[in-house]
Amino acid sequence: MYAFTYHRPATARQAAGLLAKKEDAKLLAGGHTLLPTMKQRLASPTHLVDLGGCADLRGIERKGRNVVIGAMTTHAEVADSAVVREAIPSLAYLASHIGDPHVRHRGTIGGSVANNDPAADYPAALMALGATIVTNKRKLTAEEFFTGLYETALEEGEIVVRISFPLVSKAGYAKFRNPASRYALVGVFVAKRGSEVSVAVTGAGEGGVFRWPEAEAALKARFAAKSLDGIKHTAKGINADMHADAEYRAHLIGVMAREAVARATGK
Amino acid sequence: MATVSLTVNGKAVTANVDPRTLLVQLLRENLRLTGTHVGCDTSQCGACVVHLDGKAVKSCTTLALSVDGATVTTIEGLAVNGVLHPMQEAFREHHGLQCGYCTPGMIMAAVDMVSRRGHSLDEATIRDDLDGNICRCTGYHNIVKAIAAGAEAMGKAATPTRKAAE
Ligand SMILES: Cc1cc2nc3c(=O)[nH]c(=O)nc-3n(C[C@H](O)[C@H](O)[C@H](O)COP(=O)(O)OP(=O)(O)OC[C@H]3O[C@@H](n4cnc5c(N)ncnc54)[C@H](O)[C@@H]3O)c2cc1C
Ligand code: FES
Ligand code: FES
Repeated sequence: MYAFTYHRPATARQAAGLLAKKEDAKLLAGGHTLLPTMKQRLASPTHLVDLGGCADLRGIERKGRNVVIGAMTTHAEVADSAVVREAIPSLAYLASHIGDPHVRHRGTIGGSVANNDPAADYPAALMALGATIVTNKRKLTAEEFFTGLYETALEEGEIVVRISFPLVSKAGYAKFRNPASRYALVGVFVAKRGSEVSVAVTGAGEGGVFRWPEAEAALKARFAAKSLDGIKHTAKGINADMHADAEYRAHLIGVMAREAVARATGK
Repeated sequence: MATVSLTVNGKAVTANVDPRTLLVQLLRENLRLTGTHVGCDTSQCGACVVHLDGKAVKSCTTLALSVDGATVTTIEGLAVNGVLHPMQEAFREHHGLQCGYCTPGMIMAAVDMVSRRGHSLDEATIRDDLDGNICRCTGYHNIVKAIAAGAEAMGKAATPTRKAAE
């Protein structure tokens, strides 16, 4: 690691002040992406602003027809939350399958979405559930927020404050885990709200998380795993690496989508 | 340099560290608690697992300055007055180790598992929950047996789980 100056603000507002004042400052959340990157010297911020002391960025709340989760809430807290388990059980399930127990005790939802790793789990949930990302400056839909591989709409000095998930009638998540890293080789989140259906795919896209319109149309006609029989995702634009080629990943999209629908329909 | 104060194995400690110092370095190099190991240093292997405010974390992926004011328990903090913790005893009894390099992290992960999931742990649960701990020697079989037995023994021991873990 290269040397940096460490700051530990007590509120999101103080953190924003530090980001604005300090040259080349970076936020630290759970550190489970950033610290390994800094150890490899792939990131070398001059100032590190640790959000760990910002109590206003933590916590889970049911607000009317939404579940609102603070950016610094850990994966374990989401997985174990009675509120999330009751309102959006598929989201608790997703959080409980990120990495391993130790990673879940430190890694945060805000860090995960800000990082937008193409194999991360949360982006699929935010996209399919139609979540709103609230920053210290504005509100963004998931579609506006996730802009590409490790890229988001976040501007310099912008902090993810909380994420608001509207309740849906049915939802399910299925991922084929990379057996070594536990990240998604392919993960599919499906959600049904009224007559609207969304299907979001992570782990597979060359440009990160994306929606699958053909599957959405088929599920809109009838929300059952069987509706996806015979529908295949193309291998065009799909990631290929040492773990899986594009054809295999494209095939897994269909398999995971059917499993996610089966979970959503309790079958 | 910056100052960090925390409680480690029940003792208040203060250290002056470079901000880059990881929690595992603070423990091993400043406090000479070398029971916590570094296996990979890339957040994968779990040899460095300690309890931070009662929860298992990878100390190679946590900055020392981030844990200011916190309570940390390491493998050295489990035994009481020279008597092994029931989970340590179970690893000894069931031979849940060979070279021993992964063992401190395994035991800290196991005690955390018991505090999250209780005293009756089946094989599938244990194997699933060991996702973050790698052992190059044993093939896991005896580790799984040791954890099941240790979890049960912790239930029978007089001290409540959390207390024993902290
Ligand atoms: C062994 C291992 C296995 C893992 N497996 C999985 C997995 O299966 N699935 C998965 O999805 N992830 C996985 N992860 C990643 C894990 O979920 C990380 O915790 C997460 O990606 C980053 O969150 P963090 O809180 O650690 O953020 P950090 O590492 O602290 O930060 C990540 C980035 O986000 C920025 N940032 C952080 N918080 C904010 C904020 N509030 N506003 C704006 N920017 C912010 C930081 O500046 C940094 O650039 C794994 C990690 C490890 C080490
Ligand atoms: S040394 Fe920390 S996970 Fe391997
Ligand atoms: S006993 Fe050697 S690494 Fe586990």
